[in-house]
Amino acid sequence: MTPKVFKRPDGRKPEETRPMTAKVGVIPNADGSAMFSFGDTVAIAAVYGPKKMHPQHSQNPEKGTLRCNYNMLSFSVSERARPGPNRRSMEISKVTEWALEPVLMIDKYPNMVVDVHINILQANASTRCAGINAAALALAHAGIPMKEMVSSVSIGKLDKNLVVDLIKEEEDFEEGEGATDIPITLTTGGKITHIQLDGKINSKELKEVLKLARKANKEVYEVQKKALKESIKF
Amino acid sequence: METSKITGDRIREFLEKGKRFDDRKPEEFRDIEIELGVSKKAEGSARVRIGKTEVIVGVKMDVMEPYPDSADKGNLIVSAELTPMSSERFESGPPKFPAVEIGRLTDRAIRESKFIQMEKLCIKKGEKVWAVYIDIYSLNDDGNLVDAAGIGAIAALKSAKMPKYNEETGRVIYGELTDKKIPLSKDIPIVITAYKIGNFWLVDPTTEEEDISEARVTVGATPEGIISSIQKGNSRELDIEDFENMIDMTEKVRKKVFSTIEKSLD
Repeated sequence: MTPKVFKRPDGRKPEETRPMTAKVGVIPNADGSAMFSFGDTVAIAAVYGPKKMHPQHSQNPEKGTLRCNYNMLSFSVSERARPGPNRRSMEISKVTEWALEPVLMIDKYPNMVVDVHINILQANASTRCAGINAAALALAHAGIPMKEMVSSVSIGKLDKNLVVDLIKEEEDFEEGEGATDIPITLTTGGKITHIQLDGKINSKELKEVLKLARKANKEVYEVQKKALKESIKF
Repeated sequence: METSKITGDRIREFLEKGKRFDDRKPEEFRDIEIELGVSKKAEGSARVRIGKTEVIVGVKMDVMEPYPDSADKGNLIVSAELTPMSSERFESGPPKFPAVEIGRLTDRAIRESKFIQMEKLCIKKGEKVWAVYIDIYSLNDDGNLVDAAGIGAIAALKSAKMPKYNEETGRVIYGELTDKKIPLSKDIPIVITAYKIGNFWLVDPTTEEEDISEARVTVGATPEGIISSIQKGNSRELDIEDFENMIDMTEKVRKKVFSTIEKSLD
């Protein structure tokens, strides 16, 4: 018997991401900026710096500091989100820093800070992944030296089926084993710089998830690469 | 005080030989002690010591309106505070990220494992449900507060008794506990965090080991191996294979930790 193919609410195949778009240079004032979207999930990121870290006691003489700030616009979700930081956004800001820092040659900028501001304009799940993808592009656009790119995508387990790039409706899936959401960020070389998981899964399934993430991340990377190339005018 | 470079180098040298300063193996926990019912006013409470690390966790309950996206389920609210008394590194004031993260990691391990049967905490759909508050305070930080917080939360929940509820006024009668326990499932989430130092993974670090670790991964899972939460922390990339081996290692550690604390939970 061939296994029944799992039907996704928007008709995508299990391993199919939503249409991705990326554009570099969307905020003229910033030193680097980019937009990245997975379908209806749209993130923009702007980089300011490297610049002198203030206050002075926050300076690190050994290496520069990466400071990310993830923010959801109040009208980016169905029920208006309270403006300003909350515990969730604090955490996402921090994991975004951790996701980006391994590829960033920030040690070249002692006593300096690089600010990355991420705003979610429109949310339909996977916002942190879109934010990280936009931020990585914006950092490259700002000319901060990077060893390689990072690309982020969410893998989901809906009941027993693995799918790529969750939408909100899938995040709220309740049948069988319910939904497990696993945002993963990998370097171009395939190393993990960020992973989170919420749901229920065993270690065997988790290994499958990582395989799938590697494949999907390559697709994200191609979109990022294309956007960066397009931003260069001869 | 930050851990000095010379101490860090020594820790690394020791790990090359599979050793640690306190004679533990890399995948070995310090002794865990659990004391229940440490606060009479709380519906449930626990004090957990892992070596010199110590946390106190209290459970309080209240009746409130449910959240719109879970009209027939109780509410879970977890917070953590790193008190200035527990380390010279912590300052008073609004919670900073490390405290927020411990609260959220504990929250997600419990919430996603469905350890609390939230649907049984509904009093009237869309109007009144029980809220479970889990509040974590550090008393002494010698590393691995995260895992201590997780164990403390489980212990406090298991020991808790529901307070009396006055249906007419719709209010909780504090100070009068019933014999009823909070409805819990058999899926007990145990949080184990693995720390990467050089080429090695270790668990239950002291403050010094924690300071020099380059990456950490917190995994909440049941002793049977159902993983409910994962979060990677810090800025070092990890090989996929290395990550998978680490998950297998934490599974073994979790079984061992659970077998040592199982009795103290009842």
